[in-house]
Amino acid sequence: MHPSKTFRSRNDSPRTPAATAESPAVRLTLIAVTMAFLSLFLFLPLITVFHEAFRHGVEVYLASFDDRHVRHAIRLTLLTAAICVPLNLIFGVAAAWAVTKFDFRGKSLFVTLIDLPFAVSPVIAGFVFIIIFGAHGYLGPLMERWDVQIVFAFPGIVLATTFGTVPFIARELIPLMQAQGRDEEFAAMTLGASGWRTFFKVTLPNVKWGLFYGIILCNARAMGEFGGVEVVSGNISGKTSTMTLHIQTLYFSFATVPAFAMASVLAMLALVTLVLKKRYRMVGDKKRINL
Amino acid sequence: MSIQANNISKTFGGYKALDNVSLHVPQGKLVSLLGPSGSGKTTLLRILAGLEFPDSLDQSSIRFHGEDVTAVPAGQRGVGFVFQHYALFKHMTIESNIAFGIHAKPRRLRPDKHAIRARVEELLKLIQLEGLGKRYPSELSGGQRQRVALARALAVDPKVLLLDEPFGALDAKVRKDLRRWLRTFQEQIGLTTIFVTHDQEEALELADEVVVMNNARIEQVGDPQTVYDHPASPFVIEFLGNVNRLSPGFRPNRTHKQALYVRPHDIELFPGDADAGSWALDGKVLHVFAAGNYGRVTLQRTLTGEPLEAEIPRERLRKLNLQPGDPVKIRFTHTRVFEQIDATHQELREIIETE
Amino acid sequence: MISGNKRAQPNRRILPGFGLSMGFAVTYLGLLVLIPLAGVFIRASGMTWQEFWTVVTSPQVVATYKITFGVSLAAAATNAVFGLIVAWSLVRYTFPGKRVLDAIVDLPFALPTAVAGIALTAIYAETGIMGRWFYALGIETAFSRVGIYIALTFIGIPFVVRSLQPVLEDLDPEFEEAAASLGASRLRAFTHVILPGLLPALLTGFALAYARAIGEYGSVIFISGNMPFETEISPLIIVKFLEQFQIAQATAVAAVMLVASFVLLLGVNILQRWTESIGRART
Repeated sequence: MHPSKTFRSRNDSPRTPAATAESPAVRLTLIAVTMAFLSLFLFLPLITVFHEAFRHGVEVYLASFDDRHVRHAIRLTLLTAAICVPLNLIFGVAAAWAVTKFDFRGKSLFVTLIDLPFAVSPVIAGFVFIIIFGAHGYLGPLMERWDVQIVFAFPGIVLATTFGTVPFIARELIPLMQAQGRDEEFAAMTLGASGWRTFFKVTLPNVKWGLFYGIILCNARAMGEFGGVEVVSGNISGKTSTMTLHIQTLYFSFATVPAFAMASVLAMLALVTLVLKKRYRMVGDKKRINL
Repeated sequence: MSIQANNISKTFGGYKALDNVSLHVPQGKLVSLLGPSGSGKTTLLRILAGLEFPDSLDQSSIRFHGEDVTAVPAGQRGVGFVFQHYALFKHMTIESNIAFGIHAKPRRLRPDKHAIRARVEELLKLIQLEGLGKRYPSELSGGQRQRVALARALAVDPKVLLLDEPFGALDAKVRKDLRRWLRTFQEQIGLTTIFVTHDQEEALELADEVVVMNNARIEQVGDPQTVYDHPASPFVIEFLGNVNRLSPGFRPNRTHKQALYVRPHDIELFPGDADAGSWALDGKVLHVFAAGNYGRVTLQRTLTGEPLEAEIPRERLRKLNLQPGDPVKIRFTHTRVFEQIDATHQELREIIETE
Repeated sequence: MISGNKRAQPNRRILPGFGLSMGFAVTYLGLLVLIPLAGVFIRASGMTWQEFWTVVTSPQVVATYKITFGVSLAAAATNAVFGLIVAWSLVRYTFPGKRVLDAIVDLPFALPTAVAGIALTAIYAETGIMGRWFYALGIETAFSRVGIYIALTFIGIPFVVRSLQPVLEDLDPEFEEAAASLGASRLRAFTHVILPGLLPALLTGFALAYARAIGEYGSVIFISGNMPFETEISPLIIVKFLEQFQIAQATAVAAVMLVASFVLLLGVNILQRWTESIGRART
């Protein structure tokens, strides 16, 4: 129907023969390099995490989790993600709605600003909140007077984590909703639907997989946040130590198996994220071909 | 319901899409907005629907049956809008698509479940898609999707039906069928309907009234026969069907810049040695092709070298037995002359009926 | 139907919710990201130029820039080369395991950097599965700049590959066919026809990988050893300043790092526009 779609399908067809193909030797070399590079840099670390975690057997692995500090770290991380992901979800949806359904001046600047936390070092993501809320920060005296602890406490962890994961849901939604266009929403409007109804019944179902993946990715990043949290939390074991911070503590105290056991949980989460992405891209592709 | 739009202007950035356009559409008529892309026809349709607003709500006005709807948002104008690419809700079944507008009504105006079902069934029957209600848009053909889009728009009992290039995305065969179907359908329900098209054949064949648009303005409004036979500007005559355009020199004593238009079927041919009267021009045959009742002859005018297209009845063509290279006498049965008043404005000056 | 009180505020936007969504998004971004980042510069501007300059040019800090920006450059360049090969193979060829490889490319995106850090350290330490080979050759892969290079290469992998893939997929084979029909060799077709089309996307991927590498912290600190003048990266020195409650020093270095990030983000934006304009010209 669309020219771009027929264009795409042409490229999906088997590659054109001889004239534009490399010799088998070149092709095999390139494939071999690809496999070697990705195996060495990606598979090997992934396997290592599980290998190290299970090095002394399942029992030792499981025993790693039978620890007050470990369980606290897991709880703290889950709680952080439970606050940070919904916040960034609302932001992502609002930003995507504004950017894709309306034309306004400064749109590209706004989109660039969404990406900003992505370009900034995680250390700085934590540091900015020390500057604001720390003892010598702008609002430090105020916090002290109100007896509110933000830095070296849970709120600081949430702030640094949310800062670092701001772009993920918005970045997933914006290209998707851009591609959807606005006609379906316009159609809903001409049929008398309210804005909320249009959003929930028309817009949202169209991007639900992208949104779902965005949430999962944001969650994985939130649970894996490290640099910013380290700076802002003070890494107090059993108090402000998240999973990644506790991995660090364990690792530097030579508790290798417990460190990798905890790492394996986050690695599993990363794997789930990758699988979901692959699945969602495939669902997306199928839809594109059908219509 | 009648539609009256007054002084509509619309600019996008620096681009003028509509330049002070006014339009009246009488109750129950099927009206076509015809023009090339960029002529402003779709913008006008979207403004009528409330999908765009004119630049100034003070100077422009839109009235539906006398009622001012200029600032009324799309959902409350009582307009059924069919989008060029249908804009069906991909994740909903055909039934849910059609029922969407009914479900969106406030609770006190919403009919009960059974009534909605009955209405959907009725509409499915109307668009001849009974039994396909459980399917998804992706499982339908283009023509079927188009009809679903129509049913969805009709489900909320609009007072006006607006269609944006309704057949634009369909292939030729389906387009013809659907066109015929829409014509009878519109007569049946008697709904004031406006559709946008860039296909002159479609507009002339289907509409009660044709609104020809060009360059953000309306060039001419009239019933198809009038617009075709009495075009108001060079643009209209060139846009509505094939036409030959001849430079001045037809009557060389005139000083104004002129253009002379003649339709291929308003050309008669005679053998080169025949006496065809003083109006006849000398020419040469370049190419002959006959299909159906009319043959198409490509000619070259001897005096100026201009090419000409003529449509000659096959019977006549057989008698003439023309071969490429043959000299012919060319006579026009109906021509129109437009005169250039200044650099930008061409105006119809006279219609000459020779003979 | 609503009878017209048309002089009332006209709703010029067709879809509702612009004010609400934009208002929320801007407020959120402003409070959470922009104002805090601005705080760094305001804090830094509280220092005299002399103080600021002394901090950001002190030998130990300068050494961290050299390591951070230098090793990041090497890692991003590595990714540009291998990323091109990987993207090319994944788009153009079919081979067993291709889909798994394609999926795993995003691993550095999803895997927490601390997890990557300890895994890479385990692999490249003297007793590690790779480390023992390198050490045998006299290359110290852990607690050295080589280690930093390995970690930064790891985290940069997705950027080049994911920037190139869509462009490669949309590359019209007609260009190559034209080149072939004109008698160009395959290599010549690649360097003269394909590569120019890929260049903006390749540079975008490179810049993204570079930007990510200079800010990277988690995966590096485990494998680098963190020795001043040797393997200390700029983000780490900010942390060290903080641990010693030297907020001013930390602020100064953070401001330098932020400026570098902004410049790179700007560069990426320009490159992306270039990529898009080429894409439009081709379709």
